[in-house]
Amino acid sequence: MEDSLFAPGHRACAGCGMPTAIKLVLDAAGPNTIVASPTGCLEVTSTPFPESSWRVPWIHSLFENAAAVASGVEVALKRFKRTDTNVLVIGGDGSTFDIGFGAISGMFDRGHRITYVCYDNEAYMNTGVQRSASTPFCAKTTTTPTGKMSLGNPRPKKDMAAIAVAHGVPYVATASIAYPVDLRRKVKMSLSADGPAYIQVNAPCITGWSFGEGDAIEQSRLAVETCLLPLIEYVDGVLVGVKKVRRKRPVEDYLKTQGRYKHLFKAEGGAEVLAKIQAMADANAAKFGLLD
Amino acid sequence: MMKVVEGSYGIADAVRCCSPDVISVYPITPQTHIVEHLSEFVANGKLDCEYINVESEFSSLSSLIGASAAGARTYTSTTSQGLALMFEVLFNVSGMRLPIVMTTVNRALSAPLSIWNDQQDAMAAREAGWIQIYAENVQEAMDLTPQLFKISEDPEILTPSMVCMDGFILTHVYEPVEFLDIEKVREFLPPYRPEYVLDPKDPKTFGAFADPSWFTEFRYLQYQAMERAKKKIEKVSKEFEEIFGRGYGGLIDTYSMDDAEVALVTMGSVVGTAKEAVDELRSEGVKVGLVKIRSYRPFPEEELKIALKDARVIATIEKDVSIGYESALLTDLKGAFYNSPIRAPIVGFAAGLGGRDIGIKQIRKIVEKTSRVLDAGIEAEFEIFDVKQECLQEGYHGR
Repeated sequence: MEDSLFAPGHRACAGCGMPTAIKLVLDAAGPNTIVASPTGCLEVTSTPFPESSWRVPWIHSLFENAAAVASGVEVALKRFKRTDTNVLVIGGDGSTFDIGFGAISGMFDRGHRITYVCYDNEAYMNTGVQRSASTPFCAKTTTTPTGKMSLGNPRPKKDMAAIAVAHGVPYVATASIAYPVDLRRKVKMSLSADGPAYIQVNAPCITGWSFGEGDAIEQSRLAVETCLLPLIEYVDGVLVGVKKVRRKRPVEDYLKTQGRYKHLFKAEGGAEVLAKIQAMADANAAKFGLLD
Repeated sequence: MMKVVEGSYGIADAVRCCSPDVISVYPITPQTHIVEHLSEFVANGKLDCEYINVESEFSSLSSLIGASAAGARTYTSTTSQGLALMFEVLFNVSGMRLPIVMTTVNRALSAPLSIWNDQQDAMAAREAGWIQIYAENVQEAMDLTPQLFKISEDPEILTPSMVCMDGFILTHVYEPVEFLDIEKVREFLPPYRPEYVLDPKDPKTFGAFADPSWFTEFRYLQYQAMERAKKKIEKVSKEFEEIFGRGYGGLIDTYSMDDAEVALVTMGSVVGTAKEAVDELRSEGVKVGLVKIRSYRPFPEEELKIALKDARVIATIEKDVSIGYESALLTDLKGAFYNSPIRAPIVGFAAGLGGRDIGIKQIRKIVEKTSRVLDAGIEAEFEIFDVKQECLQEGYHGR
């Protein structure tokens, strides 16, 4: 990917899933694209002044305002009749699920032609693995540590895709770096939507999730194969696409390979939690018809 | 020909004459009439621009970051809580050197909640790297609008700016004003053609982070640009006067300062009242004069030294308090004079807080208190003016 629009030399951790997601997204969007990013891993690893990995115009302002910044870019392009240029937001789950949520709702509501891509690594990784609203049930983070009184994050992951659908966003999809063809197609689909789009790309974090080097893509594939990560696609609020899971695997296959779930296999009460997580995966399979 | 209009309408019309590309706003009292009028202009085709109704002031200014970086001339307006909500964005705009212009309607900050005028909001944002110019009346606020676009967008300046105008007192007053002529404004204010824009044909990175080996230099350059703005404000003010025939002075203006022994220093709409009080006192033989601060940031240190060099005692009147240490203008003025030969005593009054009227009577009282310094020396360097003692009594329940 030497001619990628996301240049090498960035400072992401070895084994990070995020740069793979960014390259795939930009590859699909093409060079006639402007990107706004919030503060986060992507921003700090790709733009240490005076260097930049961005071969498309890119703008960062603050942690919680990328959707608003992109709204302004889109409106200015409309003003200057340059509507053939794609406008993307690419940001992490902390800025998407939590601090930038209001601005995203505004962006969806106003109907800007912007594709909002969330690279989802399920916690505040840039600041050292603190819990976000995207952190899954009972995952260990530095602000939901495990202990005598705790089995990790007490809350399930917030359903951002459903929230986007509820806004009437014309194109909403979830994706995974383990399915690059699917991800690229979804980005292309989103850019032809007449209005905003939301794509949530699962991008495993080697340091936050604690798995083996070189396993990021495999981790994301396991999330899909266990049905913990349903790959779905909505057009105008209608579920039009579902990535079928040929051989559903037990959630333990996914959880046991990650440090953030290690306690569930040792601590008292862990078995009950594992059963609950399995029930979540089963519910996903049933809700979206993931199995044949 | 002069017409009597509401202040907000005058401002909206001045903004229209500046031909902004993108306006992004969120409503808040007493700014609302400005943005309502602008939306009417867009709706009826009087103003051709993109107008975004956003979900918060935080997003109004944030969206203008994107629009400005994409090459648009951008405008917003807010007040008080809205400005406070923008606080993080204010610093970001100036650091990114984006020439956004904002009408800052001055209003008190909660708590207690108050929709009425003081200048705490803008004064609290004085370190944010924005040019701040305070208008005395509606006409000045209108005339400042194209001037600040011109100053902010100058490649040598590239610094955002605020036209500060007192809420209700100026936004809701009906005053005779001269409307700007759009053709003349076009001649005065050329289209915005920025050198650096978000353009896929020439991709650039905006908003990279700077590690400690770079950050100081970014701030240094911003500081230098703000220093350069001093001359630019004066130059543009003169250019405006040549075309439109209306001038207000440069960074400051003076009134009855020849032979003045007692000098008042203030800014905003209270200047008009203070002028009347000065006239009254002068007719009674009191040697009092007035210095109007127009540009609070950049701070007109040199001009103030010249204007106040012969005063025997100086008093600031300002509508803000820095809880824990007097008021901002007083502190700034004392700081500006400390290393100068000026040794006149300086005292300060925080007045008109949360919309309490400062009338001629109050100004006279301040002059009286200040004159006493000449005989008795400084009794109180700073005072919160017009505190009603009865309100502080236990069991007091109002009028």
